[in-house]
Amino acid sequence: MEILFLLIPISVAVVGLIAWAFIWAVKSGQFEDMEGPAHRILMDDDTPAKPVEVK
Amino acid sequence: MNATAPNSINCFHCGLTLPAGAHYPVQFADARHETCCRGCQAVAQMIVDSGNADYYQHRTAFPATASQQDMEEILRQLQIYDLPEIQRSFVKAGDGEVREAALILEGIVCAACIWLNERHLLQLPGVLAVEINYGTHRARVQWDNSRIQLSAILQAIRDIGYVAHPFDPQRQEEVFQRERAQGMRRLAIAGLGMMQVMMYAVPVYVADAGTMTWDIEALMRWASMMLTIPVVFYSAWPFFEGAWRDLQRRTLGMDVPVALGVGASFLASLYATFTHSGEVYFDSITMFVFFLLAGRYLEMGVRRKSAAGVEALSKLIPAVATRYCDAKSQQTEIVPVVQLAVGDALLIKPGEAIPADGVVLSGHSEVDESLLTGESRPLPKTAGERLVGGAINVASPLTMRVERVGADTLHAGILRLLDRAQAEKPRIAVLADRFAAWFVFALLLIAGGVAFAWYLVDPARAFWITVSVLVVTCPCALGLATPAALTAATGRLSRLGLLITRGHALETLAKVTHVVFDKTGTLTLGRPVLLETRVLGDASVVQCRAIASALEGMSEHPIARALHDADAPQLPMQQITSQSGLGLEGVLDGRRVRLGRPEFVAALHGLAWPENLLTSSNQTLVALGDEHGWLGAFLLGDQLRSDALQAVARLKQLGVKVSLLSGDGVSATQAVAERLDIEQFAGQLLPQDKLERLRALQAQGEVVAMLGDGVNDAPVLAAAQVSIAMGQGAEVAQASADMVMMNGQLERLADAIVVARQTARVIRQNLWWAAIYNLAAIPAAALGLITPWMAGIGMSASSLLVVLNALRLSRAPQGQAAVQSTPALSGPVLAAEVR
Repeated sequence: MEILFLLIPISVAVVGLIAWAFIWAVKSGQFEDMEGPAHRILMDDDTPAKPVEVK
Repeated sequence: MNATAPNSINCFHCGLTLPAGAHYPVQFADARHETCCRGCQAVAQMIVDSGNADYYQHRTAFPATASQQDMEEILRQLQIYDLPEIQRSFVKAGDGEVREAALILEGIVCAACIWLNERHLLQLPGVLAVEINYGTHRARVQWDNSRIQLSAILQAIRDIGYVAHPFDPQRQEEVFQRERAQGMRRLAIAGLGMMQVMMYAVPVYVADAGTMTWDIEALMRWASMMLTIPVVFYSAWPFFEGAWRDLQRRTLGMDVPVALGVGASFLASLYATFTHSGEVYFDSITMFVFFLLAGRYLEMGVRRKSAAGVEALSKLIPAVATRYCDAKSQQTEIVPVVQLAVGDALLIKPGEAIPADGVVLSGHSEVDESLLTGESRPLPKTAGERLVGGAINVASPLTMRVERVGADTLHAGILRLLDRAQAEKPRIAVLADRFAAWFVFALLLIAGGVAFAWYLVDPARAFWITVSVLVVTCPCALGLATPAALTAATGRLSRLGLLITRGHALETLAKVTHVVFDKTGTLTLGRPVLLETRVLGDASVVQCRAIASALEGMSEHPIARALHDADAPQLPMQQITSQSGLGLEGVLDGRRVRLGRPEFVAALHGLAWPENLLTSSNQTLVALGDEHGWLGAFLLGDQLRSDALQAVARLKQLGVKVSLLSGDGVSATQAVAERLDIEQFAGQLLPQDKLERLRALQAQGEVVAMLGDGVNDAPVLAAAQVSIAMGQGAEVAQASADMVMMNGQLERLADAIVVARQTARVIRQNLWWAAIYNLAAIPAAALGLITPWMAGIGMSASSLLVVLNALRLSRAPQGQAAVQSTPALSGPVLAAEVR
């Protein structure tokens, strides 16, 4: 049972890591648009973009 | 899926039928494609040339026909946005020359539009980042001010056929975004904490006596404590703040028992952890906090709809205006609206919004005030008539003199009235909160009494028994009783097409004794529909409609939309000209035809108008004729919604009184009231009159629900105890309303009242259950008979019962064929619909 003295602190650390990852995701705006990415992935970006001249 | 023009008779870009003789080709993929006009040609060419032609393969809907406005002129207008004083309100300055602005994009119809805009903007040298939100059609653009100007970015969006306005996010939006992100973080921390703490708690509960050594148990306690600390001090912080505010105001709200329960059990658990004595309650704390936060988070999503509406009204006033340099010359300059002064002469082009209140100096046109007044028909305006800021000039150019600017305008006044009415709204004390105040008071008294009694009997046990009294009575069930029922009912109503935007709406709706309807746009459709076609010449009904349809095909006027018939045979109508306020003329097979006012059509052939055609005052008559005589006449009018009669009958069945207050003429109001069997009605009312009548009803003790759609209804909506705005109506009406009827099915209001009454019943049952549970548990705990695991099971069971009881609300009763594709749990459904 001694292994628990290692495993339980690790589990606390893992939860901390998950919480940090989630907060980072919220902060970087990944939850702001819940529909867009699903559509965006269908678009090909195969043709190279040409710069447009500014008038 | 994709919307490519099916054949050569439709415009390659916008998909409209090509007009006869149009020749605007675009070269793409070794083929020549025809477009309908110079505007579409330019846009399509720009898209193809910049290597973004994939757009045409991926799009799933056609864009609007590109505008043919002069690009030079547009650029001149857009350059105003480069001025630092204009930019101050909506541009954020970053490091050095980096700038960031929020834009509203118009004309987005499918995902390919977003792709096209993002790619096109990123191709511009100097644009650093572009992000477009699919749901809100808002873009965030970041650029290097030393390499590109904002006007060039806006121009580039115009080049591909879209329109972008910078907008000041009104702070409200920003505040909401911040709140939402914070709510999400709080919820996530509580959720993670709850799951992991439960992992540590369950082994302790299920372990046989003696198998769990004290050191392992201590380790579990310490780990649970580590995870509970952020849940208490971060996730549950709003409850402590709310409780503190309540105490300062000397009231006892729901936050007080929550804060007390969480705080007391947390402190007791801390003490137990440090001293290796007593019991820990970390699992109960985290679970409780998580459930409460989840309810609040869902509620917040529903509320945000109202913020968007007020923003829309403030957007009505444009940012720039075209001003004559001096009274005599024809020279104009473009100035920011904030710089306008009383007495300025302005030029309002067709399609532009009027920037301030004033008087027409010259020109005659039609003005659409529908967003401000709810009146759907554009009103004719000639010299000397008043113009209201925020209205849109529909037909031809106008010159106006500014009479009132800024805060003095009618538009600003309506906004202020709205603000005040919302602030004045009686905050109906929520049943649960009133109940909770007494409950908490009693609880504190009992806990104090128990502590005192045990202190006298056995001081060593006094602390733990007092804690167990507080924990066992932890107002979990009480805290969930109301939100669970409200969430379930809200989900059910949104499936019926009714969106709740304020928390109290359901509770008040249950008590409603009187429903007040607005007429236009609420009981009626609010737009003209073709009621009758009369044949006056030798052409058939079908021919008359086809001619009218061909003449009106291009126009966006509401009357044109009513007359436009997509199924009619296409006629080769040529040389269509519009005479503002009179009608349209065109040439068909070599003969001239006119559509519009009878006198306008009569001028073509000189025959008198047949006498036998009578119209009532609220109907519009449109005549059709050619050089030889009359062809036909169309009667247009507003039509009652198909379920209006049924809705009124069902409301009466529920014991609710019904009345009709309208701004329209008395006779028109009376006609509608008689058809719907409404005894109480009044017509020709100004918004103030409506407000007075509403107040009179309220003074008689009636609980009034008001249904309306226009901006003129907004103050009345805000003053009613519960208000419902029509989903197709003005957004500001929705902003001041407690509920929004999305599908315009009036009968759903009766369903909503039934659901609201059920909800009130379920909340009462839940509160009674919570009270009975506590009454049974308190004596046992006070006598020291309750062990922690018993308290835990008791608490969970009572919460579960409360939630299950609430979930009965999300089930539709038998025989009601509402759109029911989702199972009973309303949480995820609600979340999806709120978006």
